[in-house]
Amino acid sequence: MLVANLSAELELEVRERLDAVTDPELDEPITDLGFVERVEVTDARKVRVEFRLPTYWCSPNFAFLMGFGIRKEVTALPWVVEVEVLLHDHCFGDEVNEGINSGRDYHEVFAKYCDGARLDEVVETFQAKAYDRRQETVLLGVQALGHGPADIVSMTLGQLRDVTFQGEEELRQKPRYLHLLEARGLACDPEDLAFPTWAGDEIEPGALSDHLARLRSTRINMEFNGALCRGLAKTRYKEVEIGPDGPTLIDFISGRVPLREQAALRG
Amino acid sequence: MYTTKDGKEIFVLDGHTHFWDGSPENQANVHGKQFIDCFYAYHTNLSPPEELWEKSRFEKYSEDDIYRDLFVDGPDDMAIIQTTVLSDFYKNGFGCIERTHEMAKRHPERFIVNGAFDPRDGEKALEYIHYMKETFDITGVKMYTAEWNGDSKGWALNDPAAYKCFELCDKLGIKNIHVHKGPTIIPLSKDAFSVDDVDYAATDFQNLNWIVEHCGLPRLDDFCWIATQETNVYAGLAVAMPFIHSRPRYFGEVMAELLWWIGEDKILFGSDYAIWTPKWLVEKFWDYQIPEDISAERGGVQLTDEIKEKILGLNAARLYNVDVAQKKAQLAGAPVQIAAE
Repeated sequence: MLVANLSAELELEVRERLDAVTDPELDEPITDLGFVERVEVTDARKVRVEFRLPTYWCSPNFAFLMGFGIRKEVTALPWVVEVEVLLHDHCFGDEVNEGINSGRDYHEVFAKYCDGARLDEVVETFQAKAYDRRQETVLLGVQALGHGPADIVSMTLGQLRDVTFQGEEELRQKPRYLHLLEARGLACDPEDLAFPTWAGDEIEPGALSDHLARLRSTRINMEFNGALCRGLAKTRYKEVEIGPDGPTLIDFISGRVPLREQAALRG
Repeated sequence: MYTTKDGKEIFVLDGHTHFWDGSPENQANVHGKQFIDCFYAYHTNLSPPEELWEKSRFEKYSEDDIYRDLFVDGPDDMAIIQTTVLSDFYKNGFGCIERTHEMAKRHPERFIVNGAFDPRDGEKALEYIHYMKETFDITGVKMYTAEWNGDSKGWALNDPAAYKCFELCDKLGIKNIHVHKGPTIIPLSKDAFSVDDVDYAATDFQNLNWIVEHCGLPRLDDFCWIATQETNVYAGLAVAMPFIHSRPRYFGEVMAELLWWIGEDKILFGSDYAIWTPKWLVEKFWDYQIPEDISAERGGVQLTDEIKEKILGLNAARLYNVDVAQKKAQLAGAPVQIAAE
């Protein structure tokens, strides 16, 4: 065994790295969502990450993407010798685990399950949604500070960087929005506009309210999944017990698909 | 019948309910277990604490249970029971039409039993549609596009085989097609929740009514766009309803979008019983108002009493040719009976 302290430190390092992996549908880190169930680092610096989604039926293409995301992030740590990623209790779990751990490129793995088609279009669609959601929070935050439409649509990246928010959600989303702006090349210089559309277009002052309405509908969809996923992740494997004070939700272990035993049997 | 605080009687036609057997004895494999477990997680996650059920009751409830929960304790006047077979997961089917029909014939005045078919069964699906029409005189079906069938892990409404089935439905007067978009598994290159196929099917089958459950969520924007273009596309509120308790502001945003885009005549209440019971849903719905700031962003739309009455029953009654005045009189002559237990 690695010295306990060191092992804990390395595991923490892995977990921090996993903050960069998001659920594509929700645009939230899988660590925040509680999907990462276990991180283990062995003496030989092999890392095993076990994760579980809120339901057995969550979209397998996203399960694949998250699994590949985990592999990519953990592999990037310089001390890591080998990575194993395990998805538990999922209807497509065997295929996902085999694909992620095969060492093959993810396009190659996907191709097998979609007649050779690529997943790029779906990935692109969900990146656009993530962008819209981050932008809505920041836009509404700027609007709440008293800026009018003309002011907002002409705001530059440099100006946005200097804006100070108070709200928790704005504070959280602003750096994520800036990151995506730059990563996508939508705004890089301080003079670039801070609020282009995902397609790179400017927003006309008169079109801002329509633009916001569109962002809102994107958020409504994402929130539906977000609320369900968080809630379902929380209640998976819980059951109701009716006591003298009425029904309560308790952890329920006996009916649970055995997690590690099953993995051990397979391995 | 829901009676408001000022004594007004509201006709409730619950557009989406089930009579299922998800018990371990009926599960064919781990998928069957995970399916009912997933429903149970929806139930435990989105119900108020006092409305929670024990697992065993949730897995399989009795004929008396459903009658009591919907019509005695609950405010429903009538309920549409949807069929969801899932024969790859359950030995005798999850919610099958024969078992439902047996239950419903105790109170035929209160139930509309819908059928289901799987277009991937080809000729057999067509024969089965004939059988359901002749035997049970169905007027609607529930389509679950994420259902597994051997190697296939999902299908689309505009598949050629599906079109053959819809042509037959149209011919036989099976007018109401409830669509449940679950996550289709394969091909992985597609968005699993896409509602695009509804657009094709609704355009090509103008005589049929397309009721999209959980109003297309999580693709509400795409759904609203389609339902605004197509006069025969409706929003079912199953699964959206319970958010009225856990996230009331969010529920307001969904309702505002629906009212703004598709309007008050095309929204149908559904409890999704037994995932949720109609009593608390209808009570909360009647007391609910869309928060002003949300309403203001959508031209001031609001859930007035008149609109709520449409959503709770009148809209579905129109689709299923239920004469509400006549039905009220009929039910008044046959009040709910509490079975001896």
